[in-house]
Amino acid sequence: MRLNCPICGERDRREFYYKGDAVELDRPDPNAGSEAWDDYLHNRDNPAGETRDLWHHESGCGAWLVVTRNTLTHEVLRCELAGANTQ
Amino acid sequence: MAKLIPSPPCAGLLPKTIGSLAIREVDVGPITLIAPFSGGGSATSDVLKAEFGFGFPSPNRALGENPRIAWFGLNQALLMGAACPALPQAACVDQSDGWVIVCLEGAKVQDVLARVVPIDLRAPVFKQGHTARTLVGHMHGAVTRMGDQRFELTAMRSMAATLVHELERAALGVSARSSQ
Repeated sequence: MRLNCPICGERDRREFYYKGDAVELDRPDPNAGSEAWDDYLHNRDNPAGETRDLWHHESGCGAWLVVTRNTLTHEVLRCELAGANTQ
Repeated sequence: MAKLIPSPPCAGLLPKTIGSLAIREVDVGPITLIAPFSGGGSATSDVLKAEFGFGFPSPNRALGENPRIAWFGLNQALLMGAACPALPQAACVDQSDGWVIVCLEGAKVQDVLARVVPIDLRAPVFKQGHTARTLVGHMHGAVTRMGDQRFELTAMRSMAATLVHELERAALGVSARSSQ
């Protein structure tokens, strides 16, 4: 598996660390209520198909990436910076 | 205070020649990590340009010879061989004792590196002045092309012995096969 890091270019999977569902980027409001926070903290989908995950390019540029891939075909559809490139 | 004796990271380990590959340690002098603050990239680049003639490098690029600057991750670069000027728009950290840098030179240098670095380092793709943060063996590190048959590897100082060990193994493997 290879991921196309927007900073470094296409790299081998072993340079990356897998974090989990990219839902972590959508942090609810502190007052959103226990149901929203329960969802955010504990409940994850296990989709057969497109999934958005957070990956860390730990051996490369150190950027956090949102990788969209298909769990059925193993196709990597998109690979984007999770944060803004501040320069 | 006692007078401290500087000890290079690869003391007792390098230089070494294995087959046609020469491995030696490089003392680049002071090393400073420069990380421009949000929006501070161009101001930082301007100061560097006035001081050294090169600006802040774009991703995967290294500039200058001595002193030089190498991109070192997202919005980060290592300035080597000169004291860091005042950069009000950037975080600057002295990491002179934090890194070990070794130079690999020889006709088979790409074959040796192919065993430890998982990226394409062939000349048409990875030209002089190109640098990359990547794996060196099992370690996070950086590789920079310095010439046709010359590369520099950067790894954490505490891992200097591991770095030399990995390179020795790779170089021995390549030289054993090429002598058959």
